[in-house]
Amino acid sequence: MKPIRDPLPKALQLRGVSRREFVNFCSSMVAALALPPRYLGIVMKALAQANRPVLVWLEFQDCAGNSESMLRSSNPTVTEFVLDLLSWEYHELLMAGAGKQAEDALERVVRDHAGEYIAVVEGAIPTADGGVYCTIGGKTALDIAKHVCGNAAANIAVGACAWDGGLVRSNPNPTGALGLQEAVPGLKNVVNLGGCPHNPANTAAVLVHYLTFHDMPALDQYNRPLFAYGDIIHDQCERRAHYDAGRFVEEWGDEGHRKGYCLYKMGCKGPEANYNCPTVRWNDGTSWPVKAGHGCIACASHRFWDTKSPFYKRLPSVPGFGVDVTADQIGWVATGAVAAAMVAQVAGNIVRDKIRPKKTTDETNEPADSGGA
Amino acid sequence: MTRIVVDPVTRIEGHLRIEAQVEGGMIADAWSSGTMFRGIELILRGRDPREAWIWAQRICGVCTMVHALASVNAVEDALGIEVPDNARIVRNIIAATQTVQDHVIHFYHLHALDWVDVVSALKADPAKTSQLAQSISDWPMSSEKYFKSVQDRVSALVASKQLSLFGAGYWGHPAYHLPPEANLMAVAHYLEALQFQKQFIRIHAVLGGKNPHLQTFLVGGMATAMDPNEPGATINPERIDFLLEVAKSAIAFVNQVYIPDVLAVAGFYGDWFERGEGLGNFMSYGGFPQGSIKDPANFFLPRGIILNRDLSKVHSVDPANITEYVTHSWYEYSGGDQTAKHPFDGETNPKYSGPKPPYEFLDVNEKYSWLKAPRYQDQPMEVGPLARLLVAYASGQSDVKALVDATLAKLKAPPAALFSTLGRIAARALETQLLASRVVGWIQQLGDNLASGNVRIHNGEKWDPKSWPKTARGFGFFEAPRGSLGHWVEIEDQAIKNYQAVVPSTWNAGPRDARGQRGAYEAALVKTPVADPDRPLELLRTIHSFDPCLACAVHVVDARGRVYARAEA
Repeated sequence: MKPIRDPLPKALQLRGVSRREFVNFCSSMVAALALPPRYLGIVMKALAQANRPVLVWLEFQDCAGNSESMLRSSNPTVTEFVLDLLSWEYHELLMAGAGKQAEDALERVVRDHAGEYIAVVEGAIPTADGGVYCTIGGKTALDIAKHVCGNAAANIAVGACAWDGGLVRSNPNPTGALGLQEAVPGLKNVVNLGGCPHNPANTAAVLVHYLTFHDMPALDQYNRPLFAYGDIIHDQCERRAHYDAGRFVEEWGDEGHRKGYCLYKMGCKGPEANYNCPTVRWNDGTSWPVKAGHGCIACASHRFWDTKSPFYKRLPSVPGFGVDVTADQIGWVATGAVAAAMVAQVAGNIVRDKIRPKKTTDETNEPADSGGA
Repeated sequence: MTRIVVDPVTRIEGHLRIEAQVEGGMIADAWSSGTMFRGIELILRGRDPREAWIWAQRICGVCTMVHALASVNAVEDALGIEVPDNARIVRNIIAATQTVQDHVIHFYHLHALDWVDVVSALKADPAKTSQLAQSISDWPMSSEKYFKSVQDRVSALVASKQLSLFGAGYWGHPAYHLPPEANLMAVAHYLEALQFQKQFIRIHAVLGGKNPHLQTFLVGGMATAMDPNEPGATINPERIDFLLEVAKSAIAFVNQVYIPDVLAVAGFYGDWFERGEGLGNFMSYGGFPQGSIKDPANFFLPRGIILNRDLSKVHSVDPANITEYVTHSWYEYSGGDQTAKHPFDGETNPKYSGPKPPYEFLDVNEKYSWLKAPRYQDQPMEVGPLARLLVAYASGQSDVKALVDATLAKLKAPPAALFSTLGRIAARALETQLLASRVVGWIQQLGDNLASGNVRIHNGEKWDPKSWPKTARGFGFFEAPRGSLGHWVEIEDQAIKNYQAVVPSTWNAGPRDARGQRGAYEAALVKTPVADPDRPLELLRTIHSFDPCLACAVHVVDARGRVYARAEA
């Protein structure tokens, strides 16, 4: 028998969540997903009507950094996810049950909710030597992934390791580690949230998108959501003006460093990295690595451990590199940046227009102005 | 005689399996197995030692930053670099913040459910819960209405039959002793602690850019530029104010919530002061330098070893006495698997010889873990908060001695009570209290330096690899939340030749050695009662009291540079 599902409005009422809080919460979700404000009504309606879908969180060759990162989620908080929005049935790091009881809980989800639940995967999957490099309950990570992810409605790979094998897969890849999609080919509905770790703001937005639209947001060629991985860090960087003006940190702790100049010469990989790190930031939007004084290591880029290291080596020939050029050329660079920003804006609109509720519980939910909400 | 298996051991970091033999309602013998291996060792070789910390940090994301710090310590030791005072202080703030954060999460989110019956909280009277909370603490969130709202939340979960993370617990187990009101209070604090950890760790966001996996360490110092007048500087007066505010909120939470909760739980589970500690040997490398890192005498937490539970003598630590065995680990040593090797001569040659998955039991007479077995002078050691506290207490560290004596007096317990499962929990809580207040002190010190114009944060003399000798080697010690951590590095021609880490959970969770001596977990479990072999709650209590971290524990780095070729899949 399937467990009885708990509709959210009743749950909200029971848990003392006010409408005001709920509206605030939904507004922050709309912003996180880069949806136009008119989507607020849809998000609210969908979330209010949603049952609590089941989620299982699998850890394989991981460091639990992505689990920890999820604990730092703000909108919604992990408490809201776990208690109000989802039924978080399996997560080794946090679940009450252990051993056989834990394994039974996972098996129950696969059996009772096949094709309905969300599987989140953290860590790489070793494929060498019959998968002996990671076993849980005596079973290999590979077998668990095939079984659990193969029966999920959607799979979310969080962090570099689950996406592309990450550090575990970097040269010489001693355990034959692979990311989820390569280890288990043919999975449906996979979203990759690269980063080391994933940024919980993005993961929260993807989950809320799924709860709202029963579908994943628009994705790029790596199955990464465009709202988070569509823009280059360098173009969003708060130190960008210094780059364009040719003001660089030359040595750690020098005057330029103290004034917040560009870290390009210290090896920053921002010009080659796609991520919304500078805008969503980390830990309640407090900071991000470049703001804190260190270059970007492009942790959200494909196979970044091998392709973006050495991390202190200056990137060769970045287009528009400002330090040795004349004022004229700098002017051209600036114009180029404006043009690029405009292109990004247009692309963003196209992306957003692709985001449509595919299927909601109420078919009358058309995109509408949310002014009255 | 019953063989029980707990796999996965949940509410820990990583993949741990415990097998135990139960006889007459008690554990007669136990085996601890790490079931995951990544081989980061081979991956580090040939890379720039200045970035080793970025890679090494990914050994663990729960105790994030500890491997980063041990790594820069090791490379700085190899190259003879002294970091500026400000860098040392920032590192102390980051490390102490990590420890406080980690300990709070451990108590509430990883350990509490072994002592707290969530379902029993439904039977609590919110008014009485409020009285209970107010009788033990001044913490403001203690009204009847508040506890009622928490109870409603839990009750909605239970009514939905989807208990989420609280599903599959051992609810109703006879070993749970807390009254419903205490259970409800603990559930409320479980949820509050989730909020607390998220807010408190913003200290790491300011000083490290993000948490987990901070990004501001540098060989030679920190990337956190300081300037009293620049808004673009990572550390400026405004940020100091922010850091102080956040750090002070932690003191309030720790003193008014965490400490009273630990004392309350301890009051209902007194028998756990009598069991759960097996080795009697404790080691601490010492931590939080208040001067040069070369001189452990100035460390806030001292270095030393306690043998056979004898608190009258503190033995010194000589890094040359640290070795590792692979007799019962899935590796091979060139000199034979009965031998032990020092980290500078270590080898990591994985060779799985366990049962073919899926399997039911391990062959514990042979090799049974991905963890090695570290030993000090051939003796197993327990490391972690309890070891640090005992070494500090026996060394006469005044802050520690006063706090421990006062706490023991409150609990009406002798110092010997510390050698136990609850002893670990109490030690962790007291250490949190000590460090939370040190964080504030260190931030103030940093603010004073900033105000006086002392803004030096990095020693760049050896930043250029051309300034390095052809070969160099060194080691870095650090007391991570879970215990003594050491990294050893060998540099040749500006690249990492060999790298080795011996980490806290390897000391604690490691298997037997060539002489058959048990590791700390294995020894601690012997004589633990198990009321219901199908629901071994008591086993979890002792294992969780160590705060296992298995991603760390699996041996990560190869010192010999032995290459075993494998074509990429």
